[in-house]
Amino acid sequence: MGNSNKRNRVSFSKKFKEASIHGCFLVNAILVILILVGIFALLVWTSLPAFKEISITEFLFNTSWNPTSYVKASYGILSMLVSTLIVTIGAMLFAVPIGIGAAAFISDLASNRVREIAKPVVEILASIPSVVIGFIGITLVGPYIAKVFKLPDGLNAINGSILLGIMALPTIISLTEDALKSVPKSYTEASLALGATKWQTIIRVRIPAASSGIIAATMLGMGRAIGETMTVLMATGCANAMPTNVTDSVRTMTSAIAIELGEVAFNSTHYYALFAVGLALFLITFAVNLAAEIIFNKKQKL
Amino acid sequence: MNKIIIGLSLVFTTGIFAQSSSMIQIKGSDTLVNTVQVLAEKYMAKFPGKTISVTGGGSGTGIAALLNGTCDIANSSREMKDKEKTTAKSKINEIVVGIDGLSVIVNKKNKVNTLTLEQLGKIYRGEITNWKELGGSNTPISLYGRQPNSGTFDFFREHVVKADYSKQVREMNGNAQIVESVKSATSGIGYVGAGYTQDAKEIKVLSISKAKGEKAYKPTFVNVEKKLYPISRPLYQYTSGDIKEDVKNFLAYELSAEGQKIVTDEGFFTISAAQKEADYALLGMKVEKVEKKAKAVKAKKS
Repeated sequence: MGNSNKRNRVSFSKKFKEASIHGCFLVNAILVILILVGIFALLVWTSLPAFKEISITEFLFNTSWNPTSYVKASYGILSMLVSTLIVTIGAMLFAVPIGIGAAAFISDLASNRVREIAKPVVEILASIPSVVIGFIGITLVGPYIAKVFKLPDGLNAINGSILLGIMALPTIISLTEDALKSVPKSYTEASLALGATKWQTIIRVRIPAASSGIIAATMLGMGRAIGETMTVLMATGCANAMPTNVTDSVRTMTSAIAIELGEVAFNSTHYYALFAVGLALFLITFAVNLAAEIIFNKKQKL
Repeated sequence: MNKIIIGLSLVFTTGIFAQSSSMIQIKGSDTLVNTVQVLAEKYMAKFPGKTISVTGGGSGTGIAALLNGTCDIANSSREMKDKEKTTAKSKINEIVVGIDGLSVIVNKKNKVNTLTLEQLGKIYRGEITNWKELGGSNTPISLYGRQPNSGTFDFFREHVVKADYSKQVREMNGNAQIVESVKSATSGIGYVGAGYTQDAKEIKVLSISKAKGEKAYKPTFVNVEKKLYPISRPLYQYTSGDIKEDVKNFLAYELSAEGQKIVTDEGFFTISAAQKEADYALLGMKVEKVEKKAKAVKAKKS
């Protein structure tokens, strides 16, 4: 009798502990969701007044963003949007092949010792501050691009793409490596047993089997690239014109916000318009990340 | 004598008991940042216990910070706009600390030596796009300029361009970046504060004439003083409300012979005697008294 009472008490206190830990984590999870919803609400709330004076068609389709104009303020984000997309897609063209290659090497080919060195090195790459990468863009990458393309300077979309590609690499490599690791061993063994070489196995079996994870990795890397500010601000030259070529100087949405938010008068149309640019940026990264999440989940169900 | 002792004891007590409040925050113009930094360093070496922090960010950013109460002094290379003055909560005090001969720079290899104000305006409006139209070689002009939060951006637009800048202008992050770009871009042109052209050998400062047929002048001390150089401008410092004693002392130091020597060492030009008197009057001081006091301090030290 006494014994069972004791047991009951123990299980009660255990249950209580469990419940409180459960509650604690629940609160944390809800808090994160609230922060996200809060940021979204704030962006919507602060950007709405902008559309009292700017029509949505002007905002989306006008190519001229010049709120401090000498003549007439204009608030079109199209050229900034195109610039952002050019730089981001360029970054992916650069980072995805290198990232997949590096990940395949680390997960499938490298010896244990090499892997132990390579993995932390990739992670360290992620911790380099964006200002430093931007500086490298100005002093190292820029002059080289200028020489190769015979341009007056190397502050252009390609420079931004290369730097953002470098910044997206750690995300892409780590997640691709995870995806490759989770490919069932039986696939690899079957392929090798059929007489395929290591190279054929990686290219024809392992990478296709991990493709949804790799796509998700690419998407997340892209999300990082779209939102990056300091590096593009320093390295892309920031010209307002609509880009017609990858060697043009471009100004991305993030640069415009970073440059102008510091001096804008509170509660002016310009101020609200900058938040509207932020909202557009948020929606793009949100869509990209959501797509990555959906693709990633699909893979796990398979 | 007594005043000095009181002053010194004040310095110590505020230094010990109110470290944070005795710290002077200066923010703003990228053109002024280096010069004011040197002034602050020399001042802190002279009066131990005083702390002054100087940061850049652009004139617009400095003025916005002053209006928001997050800095004590705003450096500005343009006059404060009426719109900004009306949003200020208290009276704005304006002091001129130096004069700048806003310099137009090109690469050393460029054959062009002089430009008229009109030509300069046309270049930056995008109406002249090739150096051959100006007597140079047949190469397209690469335009370098500043970002909209820069006072230099504003001043140059107001006095030279008189319209919106061409969209091809690459918006650089500061004077130094423009100099850096023009150093390597043989087809480049840029505008920077006179203090930034001193040590660069690969660039050339152009002579500017007021109109076609008139003599062109370089931004030298004599030409700026006699107002022969057409794009010289005052460099301002703004404070808001009653000026704190600490701030007042620092401003007086900047205007003193020693302070003005630093201003010229940094490549800018000294203010006129009349301006000096007006500045001191704003601080509630008289020129002779301050100079005397400085001499007394010097005598005491030796």
